[in-house]
Amino acid sequence: MNAYTVAAALAVLVAISADLFVLHTALVRSLTWWMAYGIILFFQLLTNGWLTGRGIVRYNDAAIVGSERAVLFGDGRIAYAPVEDLAFGFALVLISCAVWVWTGTRTGSSQ
Amino acid sequence: MLVLVLIAVLPLHNYYRLDVMGQPARLLKAVLPVAGVFVTWDIAATAAGQWQFDPAQTFAGRLWGLPLEEYAFFVVIPFAGILTLEAVTAARARRNKS
Repeated sequence: MNAYTVAAALAVLVAISADLFVLHTALVRSLTWWMAYGIILFFQLLTNGWLTGRGIVRYNDAAIVGSERAVLFGDGRIAYAPVEDLAFGFALVLISCAVWVWTGTRTGSSQ
Repeated sequence: MLVLVLIAVLPLHNYYRLDVMGQPARLLKAVLPVAGVFVTWDIAATAAGQWQFDPAQTFAGRLWGLPLEEYAFFVVIPFAGILTLEAVTAARARRNKS
């Protein structure tokens, strides 16, 4: 079992479920979120490519879809980073933004 | 790298006259509990050997097996994400007004 692959996929499911069914923020149904995520994704590819391409973070090939080799593209990697990192980043930013929007709607301080 | 991220997103705050920093309590509520969960995941995965950090390219300090930068990551990245979302919201509102 690729532990990171499974955990990252679960994190995405949990984040989307929280956004839709727990916090009712429905960010994933808004164009604003996807525009913001497009920008975030571009910068994630840059910064994550730096961290993984230079070997600052190294992955155990048993945990990911690809292998330990950090290639620019292919072998389960995009811009040196394992594809799992994209799922992980998506979940982290979505749930943070969803909680942010949720706290705003509750206190009425959202703009 | 985290400093570069902050340099990239902080100007958004002034440019779009955002009020993210003006709500520190709300910001902490959005960032800290989520960061806690992801840090726990990171600590467990690092301990299980799913990934490792190059000692030559990270600060020497370790807390529960993670370099100190890694803790900063889980504060800076969600903060940058929230600023980006607020900036896009403001930019679209501005466009719809004009």
